[in-house]
Amino acid sequence: MPERQITYAEALREAQHQMLAEFPNLVVMGLGVPDPGGVFGSTKDLHKDFPTRALDLPLSEEANAGVANGMALTGMRVINVHQRVDFLLVCANQIVNHSAKWRYMFGSEAAMPVVYRAVIGRGWGQGAQHSQSLHSLFAHIPGFSVVMPATAGDAKGLLIQAVRAGQPCLVLEHRNLYGIKGEVPEKPYATPFGKARLVREGRHATAVAVSQMVAEAEKAAEILAKEGVELEILDARSIRPLDEEAILASVRKTGALVACDTSWAFCGFSAELAALVAEKAFRDLKAPVARVALPPIPTPSGPVLEAAYYPNALTIAAETRRILGRRGEAPSVSITNERSQRESW
Amino acid sequence: MHEDLYRRMLLLRLAEEKVAALYPQQEMRSPVHLYIGQEAVAAGVCANLKTTDYALGSHRSHGSYLAQGGSLKAMFAELYGRRDGCAAGRGGSMHMVDESVGFLGTSALVGGTIPMAVGAAWSARLRGTDAVAACFFGDAAVEEGVFTESLNLAALHRLPVLFVCENNLYATCTPLAPRQPAAAAEIRRRGEPFGIPGVRVDGNDVLAVHEAAATAVARARKGEGPTLLECMTYRWKGHVGPDADTHLGYRSQVELDL
Repeated sequence: MPERQITYAEALREAQHQMLAEFPNLVVMGLGVPDPGGVFGSTKDLHKDFPTRALDLPLSEEANAGVANGMALTGMRVINVHQRVDFLLVCANQIVNHSAKWRYMFGSEAAMPVVYRAVIGRGWGQGAQHSQSLHSLFAHIPGFSVVMPATAGDAKGLLIQAVRAGQPCLVLEHRNLYGIKGEVPEKPYATPFGKARLVREGRHATAVAVSQMVAEAEKAAEILAKEGVELEILDARSIRPLDEEAILASVRKTGALVACDTSWAFCGFSAELAALVAEKAFRDLKAPVARVALPPIPTPSGPVLEAAYYPNALTIAAETRRILGRRGEAPSVSITNERSQRESW
Repeated sequence: MHEDLYRRMLLLRLAEEKVAALYPQQEMRSPVHLYIGQEAVAAGVCANLKTTDYALGSHRSHGSYLAQGGSLKAMFAELYGRRDGCAAGRGGSMHMVDESVGFLGTSALVGGTIPMAVGAAWSARLRGTDAVAACFFGDAAVEEGVFTESLNLAALHRLPVLFVCENNLYATCTPLAPRQPAAAAEIRRRGEPFGIPGVRVDGNDVLAVHEAAATAVARARKGEGPTLLECMTYRWKGHVGPDADTHLGYRSQVELDL
């Protein structure tokens, strides 16, 4: 019998519902958590079953994150929800200076159960301040984990792991993935941090992708397969801790790395991947590292500029050919461009 | 009660005088922000708290830590960067902690623990305990946006919080005048828009602090919400380090002697 299929948003909601039931001390809180939309459906109606623990908050990001820290120190578990990643910068003081450091700084091994959830925006002219993908920035900080689910199944599993682990972390979701469906077991389950997911096997190059770029890498692999190039795809899904072992094993096998990120290249996650293979798999590399990332400018809002801004499967295919020294062929599968997708704001 | 208050203040004073005396040996390799002159505030407030309550402090928190019952030995060990320090030698002077007495910790980011106290108070409410949370901060912390955000949240949910402002008139070397408008000179009134009662007391009068804090704690425990306590006090030592700092010229010996 086929597994049950639900959307990424429904998977997030189910994870929180199950965790609220599992942990009587868990609070899910953020602006709009109990509102009719329920943060794009991800918190919809939680307050009906858990009226005292699915809480709305004022637009005070720093105080809210500080409240989360104070609760976490006094016997509660917290999920603090943000509708855009960009807003995390307003409470970066509480995240970076307090959540991430508190237990180390006070010589304690105790739990600090604060989970931040935030959504990467994309499309429909979200613009420069509603579309940033800031995983590299937060993953830079010791004491803080960052995960990025690319599938409905991982949306549930990684969020459950985040709650159960009881340590400060950020679950970065992607708005474009909210509507995708995937196999999601009904019972609660945890997907461990620091374990990459093998999406597709291949011999010629390794694409390490995250979040929405995993789907683009899969499309690129289809294009390349028709040209006789086998692209192996790993969904990193956990930025910190990073599954170095799986990435290195794959690169040792293929000899080539194409890092596919949802953010910028400079000092970014793709740079970390390049550093990793340069440090630990240098002699296995048969080609220079390629990085597929955003151009080094803020996100433009107009649809034409926006479509040109985001790299896609064609970019990944072209970069793979480039480092392997192969000539390109005309794409034989159609690529859905940004404007023809059904979009939402 | 008088003896208890006196003992707490004396402990704070003697401990910090010892820190100041030993500091020039350069064995305590941690920036110390001394509380000398402000003892009545922490002593008067903490005498009203139980070890099942919560207290959080700032970078200048030897006083509130000791007044709440934090271990003296662990504090000195921490100043020396030792493993048996209250923060295992990882924190230093700006990171006092003793959860066994409800002293949850301190932050070197001005105002950083104010929302955490609100969270601790909210947590106490959600877990059905009658604990209250006190947060100690200076007059500059009210300039941080998070202070006002925290007042808003505490008032909104009538949370059992004591906002304790230790108004010592200076932020490092900068007096109040270039930092806050004269019209807002009474920090106690910052809670008024939120309906938070504000009380200004002589922070050098331990009995006055004790009485004001007793009222605030009783209100909080009864579920009547937060109080903003402004304690007018004075920092005898420099912003950081064991010495007076009149040589810097921002305040005079005459002012210090007043």
